[in-house]
Amino acid sequence: MDVTPYIAGAGIGILSWIAFLLSNKPLGCSTAYTRTSGMIEHIFRGKKTDEKPYYQKFAPIVDWEWMLVAGVFLGAFAVSVILGGFSLEWVPTLFGDTFGYDTGLRLVVALGGGILMGLGSRWAGGCTSGHGISGTLQLAISSWIAVIVFFVSGIVTAFLLYGVLW
Amino acid sequence: MMFEHLHENNRLQLLIGFFIGICFGGLLYISGVTEYNVILGQLLLTDFTVIKVMLAAVVVGMIGIYAMKSKGMVELHPKPGSIGSTVIGGIIFGMGFAILGYCPGTVAGAVGHGSLDALFGGVTGILIGAGIFAAAYPVLNEKVLSKGTFPSMTIPDYLKINPWYIVIPLCIMIVVLLAGLEYFGL
Repeated sequence: MDVTPYIAGAGIGILSWIAFLLSNKPLGCSTAYTRTSGMIEHIFRGKKTDEKPYYQKFAPIVDWEWMLVAGVFLGAFAVSVILGGFSLEWVPTLFGDTFGYDTGLRLVVALGGGILMGLGSRWAGGCTSGHGISGTLQLAISSWIAVIVFFVSGIVTAFLLYGVLW
Repeated sequence: MMFEHLHENNRLQLLIGFFIGICFGGLLYISGVTEYNVILGQLLLTDFTVIKVMLAAVVVGMIGIYAMKSKGMVELHPKPGSIGSTVIGGIIFGMGFAILGYCPGTVAGAVGHGSLDALFGGVTGILIGAGIFAAAYPVLNEKVLSKGTFPSMTIPDYLKINPWYIVIPLCIMIVVLLAGLEYFGL
């Protein structure tokens, strides 16, 4: 039995205590992308961006959750370098072994999936962190429904994509 | 609530968020869930790492948060939801989850350990998707998101019962489920 996932998971649970206690916030990631998207739009469209109702709800600024996502990047980078796991990779092996090691194909697929992910996470009001971990551990009704739908939809899509049933 | 003074110190909060994020990213990386293969393995039901990490976080997190809440140390923040928002958005999310192979948190960790598809495909796509949502929000909010709202509260508040009557049986169920996964070598 590999205990690593349980130890890492328990550590994430403890981080959620710290986030609630010190910052009065649940761990979450997806609003950081909304804010960044607003910052980029602001460069081109200026003040018109700020008038959009959604950016009035989530202003295009660096906030707590934005710093959290920046920290996730840095933490994974630092630990992967320390443990010697850092490596540049264009095509993950499971994808490459099934669909071929074509960088262009992987990028197009990842971009399409990313667009759905960005749209869906904001549409559902949270992601695997905000709903999947923070919401469920608070026993929020909406988050338990969200995480079940995330996984059912994800499993069905993955099975269709990898042709498991056909 | 404890540390209310601290919650109002915006600059210090940014630093705390960054520090928690660094730990979060390190733990996500160590657990393996920042890898496409591990996430797709979960969705193809061949590798249960994602579920193990999430459920371990939920058990430990839930016990601590409810213990602190019963002492008045923290406040909960259950999100609102509806069929139009949570269910439809969740279906779109799940499709993105399987096609991209990362989620908004793990994609940042994947970029950190060198996954270039996560950076140029994933992060770029998520930013575009979030931008599309912001553009469509006024229409969606009026026509879709408000359909079939759920009570924006926790399950014990909704049932008007002591939360520990849910927390303890749920933790036992999760531990039994995880023990079952290990027993069957998953």
